[in-house]
Amino acid sequence: MRKETILNAALLFGLLAFPLWAWVADEPFLITLTTRAIVFAIAGVGLNFALGFGGLVSLGHAAFFGLGGYVMGVLAFHAQTYTSVMDWPFVISGTKSMPIIWLVTLILSAILAVGIGALSLRTSGVYFIMITLAFAQMLFYFTISWSTYGGEDGLSIYVRNGFPGLNTMDPIQFYAICYVILLMVLAFVFALSRSSFGLALGASRQNEDRIQAVGQVPFRLYLTAFAISGAITGLSGALFADLNRFVSPTMFSWQTSGEIMVFVILGGVGRVFGPVAGAVLFIVLEHTLGGLSEFWHIYLGAILLGVVLFARGGLYGMITGREVAHE
Amino acid sequence: MSLLLFIEQTLNGLQFGVMLFLMAAGLTLVFGVMGLINLAHGSLYMIGAFAAAAVAGATGSFLLALVASFVCAAFAGVLIEFFVIRRLYDRDHLDQVLATFALILILSEATRWVFGSFPLFLDKPDWLSGTVMLPFGIEYSLYRLAIIVVGLVVAAGLFWMISKTRIGIRIRAGENDREMIGALGVNISLLYTFVFALGAALAGLAGALVGAIQSVQVGMGEPVLILAFVVIVIGGIGSIKGALIGAILVGLTDTLGRSLLPSFFGLFLEPSSAMSLGASLSSMSIYLLMIGVLLFRPKGLFGGV
Amino acid sequence: MSDPILDISGISKSFGALKVSNNISLDLRSGEIHALIGPNGAGKSTLIKQIAGGLPPDSGTVYFDGQDITALSTAARARLGMGRTFQISSLAQEYTVLQNAVLGALGNRGDVFRFFRPVMKDPDLLATANEALELVGLEDFKSFVTSELSHGQRRQLEVAVALTLSPKVFLMDEPMAGLGAEGSHRLMGFLGELKQKAPILLVEHDMDAVFTLADRISVLVYGEIIASGSVDEIRGNPIVRTAYLGEEAET
Repeated sequence: MRKETILNAALLFGLLAFPLWAWVADEPFLITLTTRAIVFAIAGVGLNFALGFGGLVSLGHAAFFGLGGYVMGVLAFHAQTYTSVMDWPFVISGTKSMPIIWLVTLILSAILAVGIGALSLRTSGVYFIMITLAFAQMLFYFTISWSTYGGEDGLSIYVRNGFPGLNTMDPIQFYAICYVILLMVLAFVFALSRSSFGLALGASRQNEDRIQAVGQVPFRLYLTAFAISGAITGLSGALFADLNRFVSPTMFSWQTSGEIMVFVILGGVGRVFGPVAGAVLFIVLEHTLGGLSEFWHIYLGAILLGVVLFARGGLYGMITGREVAHE
Repeated sequence: MSLLLFIEQTLNGLQFGVMLFLMAAGLTLVFGVMGLINLAHGSLYMIGAFAAAAVAGATGSFLLALVASFVCAAFAGVLIEFFVIRRLYDRDHLDQVLATFALILILSEATRWVFGSFPLFLDKPDWLSGTVMLPFGIEYSLYRLAIIVVGLVVAAGLFWMISKTRIGIRIRAGENDREMIGALGVNISLLYTFVFALGAALAGLAGALVGAIQSVQVGMGEPVLILAFVVIVIGGIGSIKGALIGAILVGLTDTLGRSLLPSFFGLFLEPSSAMSLGASLSSMSIYLLMIGVLLFRPKGLFGGV
Repeated sequence: MSDPILDISGISKSFGALKVSNNISLDLRSGEIHALIGPNGAGKSTLIKQIAGGLPPDSGTVYFDGQDITALSTAARARLGMGRTFQISSLAQEYTVLQNAVLGALGNRGDVFRFFRPVMKDPDLLATANEALELVGLEDFKSFVTSELSHGQRRQLEVAVALTLSPKVFLMDEPMAGLGAEGSHRLMGFLGELKQKAPILLVEHDMDAVFTLADRISVLVYGEIIASGSVDEIRGNPIVRTAYLGEEAET
């Protein structure tokens, strides 16, 4: 447990020190790279809550990632074109304010997750995997044909959205926003993992007979976890879209769902900080191996395969040993 | 829409369904017998298509190309099963999903490395080109008709194998109780490799057949893979009959949806809205179908595994 | 005495052509241990599942504390005060002994949807959990991960978790299974005291335990109750003897 805490701290420190150094050394690209890792980390923390803590293998988390992206895209698009999103039954105008966009994203992602979860959680096993994938696929095809917002070509947002008091176009300032959000999300998930809800959720994952014998219904626990998980991943989608100032249906693709899972697995399923390590590792691999060969996905695949076959606990498993129960 | 067009689209739906069945059969067998989710199945489809294109390009013979697709995919299947898949039989679904996802990455990029990013060409042979006259005065593509025939022959062959041969009995027994057949002296290892290779070969064949009417390129397998999963979920995992019925259902829903829905919406919406709404709904239609089936039969139509 | 706390009547269940439970009726009164015995395959576990929830009977009713619970879910029955131990230990294997016990206390208190307070520092839950662990004798093993426990210790933990639910009734499915002589004696003594807290419906194979502990015995053979009565009555019953021919000899 101590080793895990040390690794957690090291990651947080590294994610703070590295971009600050890059800022001083005037390497804005490296700052943006770190921001990318942070956004991926948040996406992974979201999935990890459903997958690692709840045992729900969702192959459709891109649904939330994409929703967050399009919430940002739609609201910002209407703001930059000075049109309203909706005129009837009441007027909704666009906005380029990040806090508002995040709030809307969190709410809509949670609602989507409750919707998808309510239907999907009636199944289990491979059926659950498939039905979550199906929902993401539906959204994927839907946005491709939704030409109002770019369809297959996607939507560009020319100017990064605004945050009161900051110049969000400045890489270091946008990075700071994302870093703080990551800290808040991690603190939230950490608290959850030690809470009553966390204890019950984990018990349900391990043994559904047991959780029912103490008077709790697994479905309600899973649905709540799924909603929280979807909201967090949705938020990361909005940040991702803002980072790239671009949103496209690819954010809903099965490849994206797979990538988010890769972050979680590389770091270590079920560890609060696992996806942070996984995302950082992924970005490092993408940057270094990607620089060596355009076929770097072969190496990524090999590493992933190696982790699954031989190092099941991911990075955290390798460094801190067998997962220890909390306390 | 005229009756002629409707029948033609129905035949297209049947052709699409039959091709999906070739994919789904392997997938459902592997899951039913070995309990394994295999996301790399789409890669085997792609390998078959590439093998066919390469052989057709080298020899000019379409038949040889088809044989090559079958054999190469089977061989690739054996290799993959030996080196990776057999370590996954005892693992949980998450590990299987991740490991086979990793395989997709490796196989796709490796293919891109060998063949490049541009699509290859695989042409229909002359003796299968052109159209043929069907009853009611319908002119239909001979090639597509051939695909339907091949698919139905394969289906019949699979049914025969499962119900009438010793291998079939072992497969059925294996679906029911893995440990038992091991105890009864059946060589599980060989059986599993056979089932996996058979599924791979069928996928490769499907890839080659479709490659001649669409294109042969990296990543062609994954959209079909997802559809094949939808098929086996609808049909019920482990059931060949379910795979066939599910595949035809999905094929018809998708094809007819694409052709009918825009016209349907055109009845009361303006043309451009009708087109886009029709197009998006029809691409979502199979998923809606799957979700609908799962809500009433959480294990698929014929699933009991 | 008062009405029985648990009143099962006319329970029947078939799986296809196989009638697993055939018009079973029995009851459980406060302060007693009612043992349910029978040869393997008689349908004892199936009956427990129909009482505890999870397997709906084809016909018949289950009354608990005066309430018809036949249609209630497992979780709802647990909340009403039905404590249960499983034939095959059903615990959260990754959690420590203390965590499993706290889980029970938490389920009993019911406020599971709390997100911010660390549950393992909750004084009330810890008190309930520790009390239960002390009662079964596992207080020295609190920080052990459940998967590391011996078979007998897992049995004890199961009982402890059931205790944290302040149950009105205990359904115990072969708690002695796999315990050695010492473990069995310990558990026997413990069950004798436990019945004061809540009556126990005890499914068991260990005849030593059954004849020592039981106030009443019911015999289940091929899904039917063929005899029910006091220890002496059952011991002397020729039908029961015949049913057990070939089974382990009673001492």
